[in-house]
Amino acid sequence: MLAHAIFFYFFSFVAIISAIMVTASKNTVHSVFFLILDFISISCLFIMIGAEFLGMIMLIVYVGAVAVLFLFVVMMLNVAQQKNQWFKSSETSTHIPVGLIVSLIIFFELIIVIGGWKYKPDIIKNFSDSLVSNSTNTHTIGSVLYTEYIHLFQISGMILLVAMIGAIVLTFRKREGVKRQNYFSQISREKNQGVELVEVKSNEGVKIDV
Amino acid sequence: MEYIVLLFSEIYKILYVLIPVLVSVAMIVWLDRRIWAFVQKRRGPNVVGPFGLFQTLADALKYIFKEIIIPASSNKIIFILAPIVTMTLALISWAVIPFSEDYVLADINVGILYIFAISSLGVYGIIMGGWASNSKYPFLGSIRSAAQMVSYEVSIGVIIINVLLCVGSLNLSDIVLAQEKIWFIIPLFPMFVIFFISSLAETNRPPFDLPEAEAELVAGYQTEYSGMMYAMFWLGEYANILLMCALGSILFLGGWLAPMDIPLFNIVPPPMWLILKILFLFILFALIKAIVPRYRYDQLMRLGWKVFLPFSLIWVVLTSGYLLYFDLLPVY
Repeated sequence: MLAHAIFFYFFSFVAIISAIMVTASKNTVHSVFFLILDFISISCLFIMIGAEFLGMIMLIVYVGAVAVLFLFVVMMLNVAQQKNQWFKSSETSTHIPVGLIVSLIIFFELIIVIGGWKYKPDIIKNFSDSLVSNSTNTHTIGSVLYTEYIHLFQISGMILLVAMIGAIVLTFRKREGVKRQNYFSQISREKNQGVELVEVKSNEGVKIDV
Repeated sequence: MEYIVLLFSEIYKILYVLIPVLVSVAMIVWLDRRIWAFVQKRRGPNVVGPFGLFQTLADALKYIFKEIIIPASSNKIIFILAPIVTMTLALISWAVIPFSEDYVLADINVGILYIFAISSLGVYGIIMGGWASNSKYPFLGSIRSAAQMVSYEVSIGVIIINVLLCVGSLNLSDIVLAQEKIWFIIPLFPMFVIFFISSLAETNRPPFDLPEAEAELVAGYQTEYSGMMYAMFWLGEYANILLMCALGSILFLGGWLAPMDIPLFNIVPPPMWLILKILFLFILFALIKAIVPRYRYDQLMRLGWKVFLPFSLIWVVLTSGYLLYFDLLPVY
């Protein structure tokens, strides 16, 4: 149990420190790297409480895909050199009070959710009765997600699909005068279409018209 | 006291997997260069040791004694971190590879997801190296490489779903044991081909070695690296290639299982079969490097998103429909 406790405090410590460093670091790219460190340590915490499926999905989705996109955007927009004066500046900033209010609201909401109030306690009780206790948590999540919550699951999938199509439609633009390659015609090109044998008479040269 | 004994036994087990992997990485680099040379009617490295077997060790020795140059305008911490990340991520995936029924370091429930997650983290070594170098060619190379790896990961994920539908478990040992009657390469042959090509792209091997296309980008994200840091990138790359070969042989070629259950095959120890399959896939990798020209970048993206992804998605529908119709779905 000692090793368990040591690892728990280590990962929590890293998670909190890196979460603070996301906002405090001067370089935006460093912020994204700290965010990745935060994700990784949180997925380690997931694995420590026995939710190995969630931990791995967290790694694949957030670290493997979402954070890569963050990194791309930050690198491409060249905001890396923007100075972040979070701790240093003594000037009054209008952002900090707003941020504090929002984070306080979220904090109290979290307290309300964690303390006392349970989401549909009867459903949770039914599930825990019907689930086989010795199955792995991948099977357990699957058996709940695809039976009781199948509609919510499908609806969230549809929302994501609509969001994806919307993003593509918004950013898609057809530009005039762009040369596009036709793969089929490129691949199906034969030798006699590309090469021509020309008899050249001496001292006369040859006229090439393409 | 109990903890210390446990700690040392774990370290012993880790070294028991890690040292063979590192030695075989060195051998595989030699084999790669030899095969490449034989296809092109050259001799290849044949001077150091018998058949040139110790060439990689000599190269490593040279890299150790070379000076490590850190560019003045680079981001130093991330610049040093990048090869370490690449190397570490390439080696920690080997923890879950089962060499036989009882020779596996960590027999975790979500083994295949673990490998998938670690290989998706592999992008970071490259992005960090390219960005921290603060130079044009490495940056372009790393952006290319990241886009390429993210795209081909998607189709690898869908292919893995195909296999998982037939197995019903995320554990790698279970995946191997499910192939006792028939290897998955036979029912899922198109998926094996796509997996093989995607793993070429995932490990930045030719014909998908756009990130280090020397004619355009010098050496891609490795341009600014020298000495041992370059060697670590290089070792990590080859460890990743070996890992993809191991994953391919576990998912499709029956892992440590012998081709047939006859006494002649059963004499050979199970880990040997896995090693033989890895070698077979690696020789294919090396031959492809020697004979296929490099893809154009837009063709590479098109192949990933417009050909492999739809095809493997359709195959998921087919596989699940087949399993459902003939009532073959594995039930737990």
